[in-house]
Amino acid sequence: MVSPAQSTPSAVLAKPAPARAAALGLGRFRRATPTERREWLLALILLTPALVMLSLFVAYPFVRGIWLGLLDAVVGREGNFVGLRNYVKLWNDDIFRRAAANTFIYTGFATTLKLTLGMVVALMLNNLIGFKRILRASMLLPWIVPTVLSTLAWKWMLDPTFSIVNWVLYQLGFIRLRIDWLGGPVMAMASVILVNVWRGTPFFAITLLAGLQTISPDVYEAASIDGANAWQRFWKVTWPLLMPVTTVVMLFSVIQTFADFQLVYILTGGGPANSTHLFATYAYQIGVATGKLGEGAAASLAMFPFLFLVVIFQLWYIRRGEGGKGVG
Amino acid sequence: MAAVAGARWKRWLTLYLPLGAFVIGTLFPFYYMAVTSLRPDREMYIPWNRPNFAPFWTLHPTLEHFALLFKETLFARWLLNTLIISVLSTAIALFCGLLAAYALARLRFPLGGALGSGIFVTYLVPQTLLFIPLGEVIRSFRLSDSLWALILTYPTFLIPFCTWLLMGYFRTIPKELEECAQIDGASRVQAMVRIVFPVAMPGILSAGIFAFTHAWNEFIYALVFLSSATNKTVPVGVVSELVRGDTFFWGPLMAGALLGSVPVAFIYSFFVEQYVSAMTGAVKG
Repeated sequence: MVSPAQSTPSAVLAKPAPARAAALGLGRFRRATPTERREWLLALILLTPALVMLSLFVAYPFVRGIWLGLLDAVVGREGNFVGLRNYVKLWNDDIFRRAAANTFIYTGFATTLKLTLGMVVALMLNNLIGFKRILRASMLLPWIVPTVLSTLAWKWMLDPTFSIVNWVLYQLGFIRLRIDWLGGPVMAMASVILVNVWRGTPFFAITLLAGLQTISPDVYEAASIDGANAWQRFWKVTWPLLMPVTTVVMLFSVIQTFADFQLVYILTGGGPANSTHLFATYAYQIGVATGKLGEGAAASLAMFPFLFLVVIFQLWYIRRGEGGKGVG
Repeated sequence: MAAVAGARWKRWLTLYLPLGAFVIGTLFPFYYMAVTSLRPDREMYIPWNRPNFAPFWTLHPTLEHFALLFKETLFARWLLNTLIISVLSTAIALFCGLLAAYALARLRFPLGGALGSGIFVTYLVPQTLLFIPLGEVIRSFRLSDSLWALILTYPTFLIPFCTWLLMGYFRTIPKELEECAQIDGASRVQAMVRIVFPVAMPGILSAGIFAFTHAWNEFIYALVFLSSATNKTVPVGVVSELVRGDTFFWGPLMAGALLGSVPVAFIYSFFVEQYVSAMTGAVKG
């Protein structure tokens, strides 16, 4: 398709950008047959609505966000270019550092717990004979219902004075004094993680269950005949076979949890004394509640490097999987 | 006999009891939400360590919280807003996603793979990364405080998902089906609209259900882009109007949370299978 002069990647990349686009696109276009051209045109038309929406409301805001992060803009004032001053200010801001650390703690604990609990539940569901459908359906409820609304129920359940959780623990003899679930920094963080695990575990359980159901029972039978006990069967058979599903679910969950907002906003509002902020809630507090748009944009863009790494890893992993499918 | 009884015991201990406990833990907050929404205020605010604290039920159920919700707040309006926004943004996302997915799954064109990856990457962009600059974009398009701000921005996180899911679905439809139609004289577009889309209906339904629940669930855009009380969605309205400073009106809050959850739960209950297939399909890629 491509002439020898243009075929090496370095030759294409060595040209300035417009020439490179021409080498990749226009050259091919000129040599294309009419049928091919019609197909390309159709593809372009079909992709236009999606691309217009995504460029207007994702790509453009992204570029604008990077620019905004370099301005000292506040609500109602355009702002001047200040370079990286917003980022320097955030770097020296104790609350922001706390929020950054919190986000990693929150993501680490919550996703690990969700994976563990979700795996256990998925394995149990897979062994269950009846009731599977109804259990699966009811189990997903926390995932379906708007997070803000279910988190409000949790806030009420963890209320310092009227907590039903305390009542139950007290009646069962586990505690003598009340636990102030959202009162201290450590306890509040633990509560937020608890509610995140409550909400996210069904997603893990159901997707892992779907993965488990694709594993042929013959494999387990073969392992049993070879004398593997349940523990060995899990680690030697189930876990490796489930790895592709587990990895993708984990990556999705890491992104979602890392960028979470609603749960902390409702449950603690970042308090007590700004000790439970995440990147997103702190960015909201700076950018929307206080109106410092530039600084707020910088605070939320601070999530970008980590998210970028996760996405790159995920793309690489999926590509690798596709290659594997082709070979196998 | 003893061995069978032993096995049954073991099954109870390792399967039924833990699963039962898990399901109770999963559903309890919803039960508590419902009980609280029916509990009169005089019963509600009894500290948990008093002997007459009876948390699991109420002997004097009342609808006063629901009445307050509809009389003193714009709850009905918020429900309607949420419904309009969810339905329209889902429709836009399905339209864009369906066409894009067909192109990416079926047509061969330059940069097709790169565009596919690009759409997948936007699928992974969380709303919280862009809400501040997107708010500025909304303002410069003069859409602030209008339902259109959400109807047009929600598709950004719904389109990538719909495209991704439908691409997978189109790939399972044999190409011969279209080719037969084309041999019979249909154009490519006709074959797409008349043959492929109808066959893909279950996939479209799955994507639609999933997108609808996501739109219903969204919070931060609704919180930031809308300001007047008449334009709010249920989650934002409930939080902003029924929490005054540090005072939470728990009765109406729980009544609102319950009513705001019922529509999605209801739709979900009819389409559990579609929802689950969308969810598991979304991560399989």
